[in-house]
Amino acid sequence: MAGGDELRLLGFWGSPFVLRARLALSFKGLSYEYVEEDLTNKSELLLRSNPVHNKVPVLIHNGKPICETQIIVQYLDEVYGASNGPSLLPVDPYDRAMARFWAAYIDDKLLSSLMMMSRGKTEEEKAEGRKQSSASMETLERAVKECSKGKPFFGGDGVGYVDVVLGGFIPWVNLIDRLTGSRQFFDAGKTPLLAAWLERFGSLHAAKVVMPDMERLVELSEMSS
Amino acid sequence: MAGAAKSGHQLQLLDFWVSPFGQRCRIALDEKGLPYEYLEQDLANKSELLLRSNPVHKKIPVLLHAGRPVCESLIILHYLDEAFPSSAPLLPAGDAYARAQARFWADYVDKKVYECGTRLWKLKGEPQAQAVAEMLDILRTLDGALGDGREFFGGAAFGLADVALAPFTSWFHAYERFGGFSVEEECPRLAAWAKRCAQRPSVAKNVTPPEKVYDFICGLKKRFGIE
Repeated sequence: MAGGDELRLLGFWGSPFVLRARLALSFKGLSYEYVEEDLTNKSELLLRSNPVHNKVPVLIHNGKPICETQIIVQYLDEVYGASNGPSLLPVDPYDRAMARFWAAYIDDKLLSSLMMMSRGKTEEEKAEGRKQSSASMETLERAVKECSKGKPFFGGDGVGYVDVVLGGFIPWVNLIDRLTGSRQFFDAGKTPLLAAWLERFGSLHAAKVVMPDMERLVELSEMSS
Repeated sequence: MAGAAKSGHQLQLLDFWVSPFGQRCRIALDEKGLPYEYLEQDLANKSELLLRSNPVHKKIPVLLHAGRPVCESLIILHYLDEAFPSSAPLLPAGDAYARAQARFWADYVDKKVYECGTRLWKLKGEPQAQAVAEMLDILRTLDGALGDGREFFGGAAFGLADVALAPFTSWFHAYERFGGFSVEEECPRLAAWAKRCAQRPSVAKNVTPPEKVYDFICGLKKRFGIE
């Protein structure tokens, strides 16, 4: 770290959004202080740093807070340009718009269908969630084809913005598969490109070092159900 | 504007007259002095062009630049800023923290205003009262973000967060009438900001007058059978 450049991340180990921020920091090779928050007893620092939403993650750069995961990732990309690891967003304005579009889609559609599937109050709701998740995955299969253009990642040769955004969900889709005993997502039969992406992304060192422990996640899901 | 598609920039906007999301794009295009062809869409009978340009969401607004579609209003704003950097920037160049702040407030507007506003005019009784309380909270938060002495959300320059919220100023009147409150009283800084925005030609030209928005909502209520 350059002298006097201080990065802190307020997070919760069980949050996919915090994981995204950690993936971005990891891929850009940035050092930071990680502060684990107790979400049932939020710290003064968290409440002060994110007075509007009171949520994690919050990135604090030299004392100044940045909130909302996608904004944090874009901030890191802009401040730590290409000199710190790869640029996560592409250079071309149209490609950037495409990356933002798919990141928004993942948050809008995939997230809501995952929530419906796992937290739905009725069997109908859960079934609807499964249907929507399935449809979202098919749409993302097309997205990976369009964005990667035959290369290994959404970002091309290297990991990019959409890879990080989708990557944050990996432990949760693995958890759902584990709890249901089936392969709901990233099914090589239905969405082969995404299944291959999952393997590749998951095997990267920078991803592995920040992924949460599966057993802890299983415990957490049992506690909250 | 006729013939704009043939001009240098080749910009077209698929839009719907009263949409605040579409109006954001119109304001940005005018602020940047970019000519474009406005294409009004019939949302009850979506065009081939719209369905082809936004197959995932099938929604407006869609910006077409030399035929290539960009969807989602805030993404369109970013695209215009990045593809046309020399004209009236929406985001301050060279200040990543200020950019993050602008994006935060644009995102806040996106997450909160329209959805809460819709519940406010659609629902009755307790759920409506709940929506009114939430809307007041949202407006007070925005009022606080402006603070004292700031002309616009980012300071002296009209920017991303302002463009994101400006079209909704017309909807405040409807929220006030349905919700029984006054923005001027509850959030004087926000009300003053709204007046300043209304003075800009790009806003005056593109934002639907408040009375028309109110009539539009009344029309929707009739159609949905809401009293």
